[in-house]
Amino acid sequence: MSVADLSTYRFSASHEWVKVIDGGALVGISEHAQSQLGDVIFLELPEAGATLTAGDKFGVVESVKAASDLYAPVGGTVEAVNDKLGANPELVNTDPYGEGWMIRLRDVQEGGVELMDSAAYERTTAG
Amino acid sequence: MAARTPLFERHTARGARMVEFGGYEMPLQYTSIRDEHLAVRTAAGLFDLSHMGEVQLSGPGAEAAVQRLIANDAGRIQPGGALYAVMCNERGGIVDDVVVYRDEDGFMVVVNASCRSKDVAWMSSHGGEAAALEDISDRCALLAVQGPRAVDLVASLTDTPVAELKPFHATFATVAGVAARVSRTGYTGEDGFELYVLDNVAAGLWDRLLEHGEPMGLLPCGLGARDTLRLEAGLRLYGQDMDEDTDPYSCGLGWTVKLEKGDFIGAAALRDLDPRNPPRRFAGLRLPGRTIARHGHPVTDGSRVVGEVTSGTFSFTLGCGIATASLDGQVDDAVPLFVDIRGSEVAAERTPLPFYRRRKGA
Repeated sequence: MSVADLSTYRFSASHEWVKVIDGGALVGISEHAQSQLGDVIFLELPEAGATLTAGDKFGVVESVKAASDLYAPVGGTVEAVNDKLGANPELVNTDPYGEGWMIRLRDVQEGGVELMDSAAYERTTAG
Repeated sequence: MAARTPLFERHTARGARMVEFGGYEMPLQYTSIRDEHLAVRTAAGLFDLSHMGEVQLSGPGAEAAVQRLIANDAGRIQPGGALYAVMCNERGGIVDDVVVYRDEDGFMVVVNASCRSKDVAWMSSHGGEAAALEDISDRCALLAVQGPRAVDLVASLTDTPVAELKPFHATFATVAGVAARVSRTGYTGEDGFELYVLDNVAAGLWDRLLEHGEPMGLLPCGLGARDTLRLEAGLRLYGQDMDEDTDPYSCGLGWTVKLEKGDFIGAAALRDLDPRNPPRRFAGLRLPGRTIARHGHPVTDGSRVVGEVTSGTFSFTLGCGIATASLDGQVDDAVPLFVDIRGSEVAAERTPLPFYRRRKGA
């Protein structure tokens, strides 16, 4: 299990996380989500410059098992995508809260998607 | 509720992710499908396949019954031999794909878990009446040890010279103190054994195999790796690559059809087909990079749909997407093919099966 400090992470019901960082936000998927997906093979992520509204589909994560859509927990403009994931998509499995981040947003706009703190989120995935 | 194999507690104790498959709670993966897949390709993997069904046919009518049920020729199986075969319906469609073992007093037919009750009913009413038919699945566990180290591992736990067994041959041996049918068969494309044992001794054998195997790189493997391994090896999965509406020629299993052996269920329908021009063609496809085609994705020639993907995954050995497809019979070999993956058309390269072939003697 990850021992990441999740106090600065908030989670959507569709298992994405968002973490506000200086002037922007990082977005990825939760430990629970990566564990359900299994080995991640490929990620389809937006181009830098794309504009997202909270709740928009921003990409696809393809695992050995299935392809799953990714939804933006907050709105904003895509400032960068994690280009390490092209060659090493398994970072989503091994370090979902760190090296496995997917996109960095600026001009972040919250609202439209309900966000939970880690304790509330973990209650939704328990059992 | 799904049934449990005698190894259920072993799987959960190791933290396996369990899924329902063929009516059983089975391990999908223990750590990662990639690690388990590569362990089988480079060292060894241990699989719980106790969900598979085993049906015994015995008595004087057993051989005639098996011959009527399968399209392959049971007469070719020597005592101690095994044969891959399909059971067809009257239309020539595949009821199930099976492995048949010849024993002293009859045959054991190994069937897919998801087909077990259907198969037992089918066999009982389509030839099995002439033999004593018994479904022994509930007392029979099955462990597979597969990979380049598998033979050494099993051989080190028995006094029987199992390393001398030829492919598709089996013998009875005591392995780690457990009476087992040791079969040189598998579903991974690697050398190895499948060990049929009684339910109540399966967990002990599992423990001993792990204890002796782990130092040589053996990992317990789930159904996730089993699927990626079998697809690399070009092996079919019932329900996905074939079903009751698929004839064996159309899924590349014409080599298992022996029309000359005499009558069997489906023979008349299969005689009406041209083995070289069957209704559909089974093709291997390679996809660029990390693209994954999945069961049901349409295959096109660039303008129209000419078939569909039957199985697809990422090949950890080749580092690209691989898939099998069922194509319309008239699609020319030279036609470039594309897979429609959620609306985007991806060029696919037609590849002979299998995608992966182990180096002999390696």
